[in-house]
Amino acid sequence: MTGNATQFQNDADRLTSDLTHRQRIQSAMTKYYAARYPRQAIFRDWQEGRQTAAETKWAGINELDKHLAEFEKNAVSRGTSVHWTSTSEQARQVIVDIIRRHNAQRIVKSKVMTSEEIHLNQLLESLGFEVVESDLGEYIQQLKNEPPYHFVFPCMHLSREEISDLFENHLGTAQTHDPEALTMIARDVLRKKYIEADIGITGANFIVAETGMISITENEGNARLTAALPRVMITLVGIEKILPRLADLALFLPMLATAGTGQPLTCYNTMYGGPRQPGEVDGPEEWHVVFLDNNRTTLLADPEQRDALHCIRCGACLNVCPIFKNVGGFSYGTTYQGPIGSVITPHLRGLQDWKHLSSASSLCGACTETCPVKIDLHHHLLHNRRNAVAEKPGRLESLLWQGFTFLMKRPWLYQTGLRVGRLLQPLHGLVKGDILDPARAWTKSRELPEIAPVSFRDYWKNRPLVSAGDRKGGPP
Amino acid sequence: MKITLFIPCFIDAIYPKVGMAMVQILEKLGHTIEFPGELTCCGQPPFNSGYWPEARRLARPVLKRLENAGAIVIGSGSCGAMLKSFYPQLFAGEPEEAAANALSAKCFEFSGFLVNQLGVTDLGASFPHKVTFHDGCHGLREMLGKQPPRELLKHVRGLELVEMTEAETCCGFGGTFATKFASISTAMGEVKCASAAETGADYMVSNDSSCLMHLKGLLDRQGRPLKTLHLAEILVQS
Repeated sequence: MTGNATQFQNDADRLTSDLTHRQRIQSAMTKYYAARYPRQAIFRDWQEGRQTAAETKWAGINELDKHLAEFEKNAVSRGTSVHWTSTSEQARQVIVDIIRRHNAQRIVKSKVMTSEEIHLNQLLESLGFEVVESDLGEYIQQLKNEPPYHFVFPCMHLSREEISDLFENHLGTAQTHDPEALTMIARDVLRKKYIEADIGITGANFIVAETGMISITENEGNARLTAALPRVMITLVGIEKILPRLADLALFLPMLATAGTGQPLTCYNTMYGGPRQPGEVDGPEEWHVVFLDNNRTTLLADPEQRDALHCIRCGACLNVCPIFKNVGGFSYGTTYQGPIGSVITPHLRGLQDWKHLSSASSLCGACTETCPVKIDLHHHLLHNRRNAVAEKPGRLESLLWQGFTFLMKRPWLYQTGLRVGRLLQPLHGLVKGDILDPARAWTKSRELPEIAPVSFRDYWKNRPLVSAGDRKGGPP
Repeated sequence: MKITLFIPCFIDAIYPKVGMAMVQILEKLGHTIEFPGELTCCGQPPFNSGYWPEARRLARPVLKRLENAGAIVIGSGSCGAMLKSFYPQLFAGEPEEAAANALSAKCFEFSGFLVNQLGVTDLGASFPHKVTFHDGCHGLREMLGKQPPRELLKHVRGLELVEMTEAETCCGFGGTFATKFASISTAMGEVKCASAAETGADYMVSNDSSCLMHLKGLLDRQGRPLKTLHLAEILVQS
């Protein structure tokens, strides 16, 4: 096992036995379901909406080169600078260069998952810049010095009490368990930060090719302030966030809000089309859009799993995932948690290092069922498993499956095995649960089923031949 | 009608009564049953583990043996989904692709077959108990949806169906997942069992014995009084 796989197993073991944690996530998700599903039902036809959304993203991703170039042309015409970066390293360099060129010191950020992906904050802080997250959840996580727990709900694992303690420790504020009061504490700090900041860094929910604009959808208004007040705005965005047409937002904005948080629309929906234009009184003097590839084109080159690039990061697949609900967000060790993270991380960061996440699934398909853009998530987990084995089969596992196949291809051998199992079964009690128990992984928490005295095969072979019409009796 | 039964290994070895009940029901409806005893495994375990060439070696005899079969009925959504949804993927681009697609079209999960193909909802069964239903994921999402098993339960005399909150949530079995990630599998099963117990039902019923094997293992270990039964076993009760 790789280090990542061991860490995942250990964290999963620890967190599944933490009932308070499980209960907290479970109850948060129950609230999400209560908000989301009635909201979804208001759509004239949610399933048709999903189909349209999937087709729109398909069109966008299939001609990604064309659409990105169209965006660039339109954005540049209004004075926006567009930067193309292939790797995390390049993206970080571009951003640091912009910051240095402006002799900037203070940076305020709205929610940007791609910046987590390239570990931007750590770098900027190590270079001596002040970086402040302005999304409330992200701000809390920054104070805690932890990555986001869930890529939509960054601090959903914390209680009000824990947040209050955190504020008291870091900001010296009085204890309060009132969510509104807690929000006001953060707001007091953050308002000053917007005004002082030289640079505002945002992400983007959608890149609109047709108009050369980006769309940001949010609930706190912090992205607006991050974009509007500092003199330089930098937007870091993955190239897959493309939408061909402005009109596509009419579906995608409500769909993202519904699937993400169970809202009809988020509170603030803003389009950004360029830096301050001549004659305008506000807005940033410069706007830099930094496009990040970071192996997204590797995924694009895979026709089987390309649809994973349709993801609009609503987080719905995490919210319905029974694995996520039991192991929580940190166990994954990835920027993107849950099913979508398990699917794409092997592409973004290496199959052999992250294949264990694709195995850590019962393949229940709840993710695929809920995905608003119809990504075939749970089948892609199967594809990752297949690809990982084809690339580098496990020696012992390979032997095991060959043995299994050998046995199952020979009915007589299978039946002999069954008879032997039936004979040995009474002896299982001697080793049950201890280190010698071959079924220990099962028997640690579950009783082992018993092999029936008469198998179906034996029953069928031995039953008297009579015509169908005469059969009225039950099984013996 | 001549119906071919595909009996998954765990029904053969552990829950033969489920197979027997299916035979009894289908024969009572006047159909002739064929059981190809030389077929043991559909290939799902190696398939799910990423070992597709091994899965193909197990699946090829199934394709060949069932080539001329009429309707194929399977008492488990899990193995059913393997034949119906995953063989076409497993053999995509292989010489057997057409055969896999043809097989897919004639595979049915047991309750879906009764309700949708035969139009039967009332089998005259009687089971005066409180029951909650667990939707096996593969049956639910890869094969038939929620309705057919409930339609059948609705017509059982004396049976009171109480839905649990987590009816559609995975029980956590997932084949090799149950042992590879035993702690997660167990936690998922605990959520399921707690939700089922909350309904006050006497029985947790499902159309997938593989889920029930895991759930029964948990229930017995926890000492919960809740019992498990396959849908087919209820439909033969009188």
